[in-house]
Amino acid sequence: MVNLTIDGIKVSVPEGSTILQAASEVGIKIPTLCFHPDQSIKANCRVCVCEVEGNRLLQAACAMPVFEGMVVKTRTPKVLDARKTILELILSNHPQDCLNCIRNGNCELQDLAQEYCIRENPFEYKVRGFAKDFSTPSLFRDQDKCILCRRCIEACSVIQSVNALGMEGRGYNSMVVPTLGKALIDSPCVMCGQCIHACPVGAIGEREQIDEFLAAVANPDKVVITQIAPAVRVAIAEEIGMMTGELPMGTFVQGLRQIGFDHVLHTNFTADLTILEEGNELLKRLKEGGTLPMFTSCSPGWINFCETFYPDLLDNLSTCKSPQQMFGALAKTYWAEKMGIDPSKIYSVSIMPCVAKKFEAARPEMNDSGYQDVDLVLTTREIGRLFRMSGLDFSKLPASDFDSWMGKYTGAAVIFGASGGVMEAALRTVYEVVTGKTLEDVNFVATRGITGIKEATVDLDGTVVKVAIANGLANARKLMEQVRAGESPYHFIEIMACPGGCIGGGGQPITKANVKRVERIEAIYVEDEGLPLRKSHDNPEVKTLYEEFLHEPLGHKSHELLHTHYHAKNKKFL
Amino acid sequence: MAEEMRIVLRNYGKIDPLKIDDYLAQGGYKSLEKARAMNTADLIAEVKKSNLRGRGGAGFNCGMKWSFAAGAQADQKYVICNADEGEPGTYKDRLIMENDPHTLIEGMAICAYAIGATQGYIYLRGEYPFLVSTLNTAINQAKEKGLVKDFDIEVRSGAGAYVCGEETALIESIEGKRGEPRFKPPYPPSEGLWSKPTIVNNVETFANIPVIIEKGADWYASIGNPAYPGTKVFTLTGDINNRTFFEVPTNTTIREIVFQFGGGVPGDKKFKAVQIGGTSGAFIPDALLDTPVAFDSMSAIGATLGSGATFVIDESRDIVDVATRIAGFFEHESCGKCAPCREGTARTAELMEKINEGRGSNKDVALLEKLGTVMSYSCLCGLGQAAPAPVLTTIKHFKADYEAKFV
Repeated sequence: MVNLTIDGIKVSVPEGSTILQAASEVGIKIPTLCFHPDQSIKANCRVCVCEVEGNRLLQAACAMPVFEGMVVKTRTPKVLDARKTILELILSNHPQDCLNCIRNGNCELQDLAQEYCIRENPFEYKVRGFAKDFSTPSLFRDQDKCILCRRCIEACSVIQSVNALGMEGRGYNSMVVPTLGKALIDSPCVMCGQCIHACPVGAIGEREQIDEFLAAVANPDKVVITQIAPAVRVAIAEEIGMMTGELPMGTFVQGLRQIGFDHVLHTNFTADLTILEEGNELLKRLKEGGTLPMFTSCSPGWINFCETFYPDLLDNLSTCKSPQQMFGALAKTYWAEKMGIDPSKIYSVSIMPCVAKKFEAARPEMNDSGYQDVDLVLTTREIGRLFRMSGLDFSKLPASDFDSWMGKYTGAAVIFGASGGVMEAALRTVYEVVTGKTLEDVNFVATRGITGIKEATVDLDGTVVKVAIANGLANARKLMEQVRAGESPYHFIEIMACPGGCIGGGGQPITKANVKRVERIEAIYVEDEGLPLRKSHDNPEVKTLYEEFLHEPLGHKSHELLHTHYHAKNKKFL
Repeated sequence: MAEEMRIVLRNYGKIDPLKIDDYLAQGGYKSLEKARAMNTADLIAEVKKSNLRGRGGAGFNCGMKWSFAAGAQADQKYVICNADEGEPGTYKDRLIMENDPHTLIEGMAICAYAIGATQGYIYLRGEYPFLVSTLNTAINQAKEKGLVKDFDIEVRSGAGAYVCGEETALIESIEGKRGEPRFKPPYPPSEGLWSKPTIVNNVETFANIPVIIEKGADWYASIGNPAYPGTKVFTLTGDINNRTFFEVPTNTTIREIVFQFGGGVPGDKKFKAVQIGGTSGAFIPDALLDTPVAFDSMSAIGATLGSGATFVIDESRDIVDVATRIAGFFEHESCGKCAPCREGTARTAELMEKINEGRGSNKDVALLEKLGTVMSYSCLCGLGQAAPAPVLTTIKHFKADYEAKFV
């Protein structure tokens, strides 16, 4: 342990701690911008500078390790003046349009400007007026708002190994740019949106589509239906100022009815369906010698990654559409028929933890229902905004249940929201299908948690199936290289583009730290434990769907509506 | 009367730099041999005792720095010569490399032995392409003679970025990344090139080493200013009669540099100011000319010794205009990594232009002072910390010149 004094308070911290860590031990807040708890130290914004006795220079608290006997002062006039001046410099070319900004009220720079009483900036105000990049259907970039902290670059390169963002130019002209200075869509960007979570300001955000939603609700000819992904429910509470997982499902559903949805259904229904289709696809490949290992295909950021970086391994991908797209295809066929609604009038909106889903829904091949299968994708954050816009008080809203068709789900579907969940759900079903025995303990704990790569072995009556799970694309890349080299020991691999899986998706409430993701994962498993049915093949509505419509997994209708193929992305510079 | 004393330039004009035998005839590589006969702890103690301080600008005790790298446990260590001589008006490193490349190689090899390094790099200024073959010839000759058999040196050419003279930016550049400084600690002697212990010393620093080993620490420590002993090479530019170079003990005063060695300002004009240490150096007025050029004496008057580049201006120069051009230089050369330097150098240039064009006021001068002061202790690396010095010192010593610009 190292003993030091911060603002006159004695503190003991482990060797290797920084001033920032030591200060937080004694309740002293030091402002930061480039600092990110799950990233490397950058020390480039300099707003965390402090005085260290014996040093002429101020030291960056995020980077400076403590030493025995160190005396730190974090709030002298010299320190406060330096921090304020640095903030003024950053703000002097930052657009002052907080009111129009997607991060208004949730911006680290805005918070600091307030905390440091920035009133009149002495520096001449200069915004450079770069064109905004709206080239992707998932994300936008606003170069003017970029404060060059480089957190997005690290998220993209280190966490995701995509390297779509980098630095260009020098000094005052330096910029964060997509590869070779091209538009984001022409870069290797997989649209996972992890850069959004990394960004402290509004320089990167989701392509907000609230106006499109409101227009659909206002149109009397439209039947506006929604599906909710499992990871949304645990995180939506954070967006409306509650604790993770605190908003009960019934109240959430009622909230969705209040903002204008005619029917509230659940992606969980098609998550259960995915297990039946994908589980049977795996069994078929195992039995008939298909391409192995088989990769799950639920995460559109991951699909983009595979198409961009591993086009040679596309045959390993499950042909199953994601639950969102299965739902979309069924809503305008099976559900429409069952409800007696003209599918051309159905406006299908999905509520997703993911920004890549916006891209996925817009894929030209996703129209097997005869219409665009999913019309609109709203993220958890956008739903939160709609709730706030509508002035809903969730403490007083009565609970409501999902609509009766395509609204039922099992615990297996719920855990799709967490990394390892699809695998665990699949194993619950595959085990019973193959062995004919009842699975007594449905908890495959080895597949759970936020660890980058997890693996498990399951004995299916003598057939040993080896599985692996990766979350975060840098981890996926490790498994992919193994497969490419022909050295993969696995039969089935689940990959989720985002750290923690969908609970950490690019469309979730902005979270700076992985600890939040761990909380969300816990909430997911609590929900699974509490459900009466925990295996996808026990879902009564799914059973009915097969009886009435699909007849069998991997059957003709399934192929038509629920399966697809992916294509190599032609990225010449890769 | 101060006199010139040549240590690092001892072979200047006496040998053919492309002939190793010339260097050997002057006693070359004897010091390396002597060093290798010593144990490394004694060798480092000797360098430490000489009190040789880095000649690149930071003035850190050289032997102390080596001892950190020597003490670090690692499978690989590196020695880097910082030959990215980018300060306008400086050419002392070029003089050494051009005329006596072996003294540099010998200094580096002694360092490599002391710390246990087997690989060295000379990071050469991009604008010195003509020196690549001189250095490579010398390296190959030393290899062929078996003088540096367990120590490889590669010459790496920079691409012309001023910031790459900063040791960690230089390391990033060798690693093939954007030339941007790293935050310190860790310092290069514990984690440098490819995260391995690395010594980065300037050309002039290395060139001192063979002489220190040959003549002993006590001899060296007795030369010049005791706190910053030895000699310093100065290069003179600007409004000065002798635009030349010379090497003098460090107790020489600025006045002697300018008026004795430089011969004063030409014509009938009066001396106005002298900037020492390159573009980021302070502007020193007449009243402070009796300061010795040693590191700490310079610090005491808010100046630096830096690279030893000395730029003199006479009364006919517009000092605000000169400082404005310098501010433009730093705006251009900031790497853009840290906010106070990236934004601060641009704002400094903007405010200086405003004042220089007659659009400024006392408010702008006050803002420049505040900004420059904050930059001097908040920026990530030496570039940003030193960049405001010309502005701050001209405001301090030549405030009237600023006020004269106000309309």
